[in-house]
Amino acid sequence: MLKNIGRRVLQTLIVLFCVSLAIFVLLHIVPGDAISTMMGEHAKAETIERLTKEMNLDKPFYIQFLYYIKDICTGNFGTSYKLNKPVTELLAVAFPNTVILAVMAAVFAWVLGIVCGIIAAVKKDGILDRLFMGFSLLGVSIPVFMVAMLLQYFIAYKLKWVDISGVKNWTGFILPAIALGWNSAGSIARLTRSTLVEVLQEDYIDTAKAKGLGRAAVILLHALRNAMLPVITMMAIQISSLLSGAVITETIFSINGIGRLAVDAISSRDIPLLQGTVLFTTVLVILGNLIADCLYSVLDPRIRKGA
Amino acid sequence: MKREVNTEAAAEQEALAAQLGESDTFLDKMKRMAANNKLAVFSAILILLFLILAVLAPVITPYSFDEQDLLARLAAPSAKHLLGTDELGRDVFTRLLYGARVSMAVGIIPTVVSMLIGVMLGMVSGYVGGLVDSVIMRLADVVLSFPSLLLAMVIMYTLGDGITSIFIALAVTNWASVARVVRSETLSLREAEYVEAARSMGVKDFVIIMRHILPNCIPSLIVMFTLNVPSAILSESSLSFLGIGVQLPNSSWGLMVNMGRTYLYNAPWISLAPSAAIMLVVLAFNFLGDGLRDVLDPHLKNS
Repeated sequence: MLKNIGRRVLQTLIVLFCVSLAIFVLLHIVPGDAISTMMGEHAKAETIERLTKEMNLDKPFYIQFLYYIKDICTGNFGTSYKLNKPVTELLAVAFPNTVILAVMAAVFAWVLGIVCGIIAAVKKDGILDRLFMGFSLLGVSIPVFMVAMLLQYFIAYKLKWVDISGVKNWTGFILPAIALGWNSAGSIARLTRSTLVEVLQEDYIDTAKAKGLGRAAVILLHALRNAMLPVITMMAIQISSLLSGAVITETIFSINGIGRLAVDAISSRDIPLLQGTVLFTTVLVILGNLIADCLYSVLDPRIRKGA
Repeated sequence: MKREVNTEAAAEQEALAAQLGESDTFLDKMKRMAANNKLAVFSAILILLFLILAVLAPVITPYSFDEQDLLARLAAPSAKHLLGTDELGRDVFTRLLYGARVSMAVGIIPTVVSMLIGVMLGMVSGYVGGLVDSVIMRLADVVLSFPSLLLAMVIMYTLGDGITSIFIALAVTNWASVARVVRSETLSLREAEYVEAARSMGVKDFVIIMRHILPNCIPSLIVMFTLNVPSAILSESSLSFLGIGVQLPNSSWGLMVNMGRTYLYNAPWISLAPSAAIMLVVLAFNFLGDGLRDVLDPHLKNS
């Protein structure tokens, strides 16, 4: 198992390197001069020259890349052109908001998805099954911004259950989290249902029933444990889609998170900020997947014992 | 490793089907779907309808997509303006039809391109193996590491706004998952007896891939296509919603939703009509994809 994990870590490092290279190349082949974006149209020639030197923009491409790698290894993502603050500082402010949003959305999605999935699987072909599966397909098909706007319109504007004048404390995150988690809940419900239906047909389930175990015990102790493995993989994949969705949710609900920083960075052509946000988010996704893989090999005895 | 449980079950299902003598043709399978799955048929009709509306947009509506009527701003739906007008008095129904053109094009074109790339790289990766396989798969890992919307955003930044940039951004973000699936299919097909037989007869690798491996991947490719189209449509609408995709005065559903967001409380039709359109089309493709998967490719059931 350790060998497996070691190999995964090595692979992850290679992917991390390639990801940072990809972001660097994509953002540095953009036509247009970084300095003039930063300084505006009326910058003096000598200022431009001095800054070009300071930021190593006069050096060859690969030297710039090495400087960039050195910088990100020491946690220095550069200075935002527009906001004139270190990108690391901006990320540090935005990160907790994105984490709260994503974690609340994930908890909402996973609890709702797994519970609905279990009920649907147990009552296979029943009314609840059809209802939940219909809803889950709706969940998968509805765009994040539509859920967000419907929630804003009905829950906040019509019913006035929550205040939408901005996110002041954790209750302000409730609507955004539901909007963000809705899609994931749908796919988790569908996956939980289909794996559980399969597992419930296995011989060891009959054995457990024959032993005289109660219905709940059979499902929760025997079936669910085995059905959860693919679901955990799906959860890891969803870290990525949750962070994608966070870009939209944060924009709609005006949450100062990493996704919104990225959108702002694009509209103001702020390369260091865009580079920082994308790199940071991608590293989060990669680490999330690595953790899920390790968790997987601990949970699955076939991998744990190296079979 | 992770797929083991599912593929085993699928293989069992297939073995059972083979015993029962269910070796029917593509047409038979389609007929079976049509008979058993009304929802999939209905979805196919709906998709066709949207396609027709998109193509015939200029014929159907008397307005043009950027025609403003400043005296009829934010007008509620009426006989004159079926879905009302927006903040500049543009007909929402007309913009919806023109938006359908964007959505259909964006759903289909980048998906075809990304599938061509994915199929090619996936088959080479699985068939050749070794270093080539490692390189291609690490490349896929890199693409899949990015949250897809952020990667598309960065590509849009690099290429600049416009529909071609959206095509490229979506093709680049979507090929990797196709390549992974095709690679794993190729890996198992490579070991099949008929492939071994062909190889021992001295058939060239290229011919084996084209004649024996590719045709066997087609059912899952059809299913993947049907399920990748809606995700491409959603991606474009998200990009345009964020203002990084299709630009005014052109029309796109995502863009319409975003522009109407300001008027959500007094003119909700501006945002709700395109939102509903996105949902209907995506839902239809998902239902159709599910239906196709059930008859064509039980392997993919859990993915």
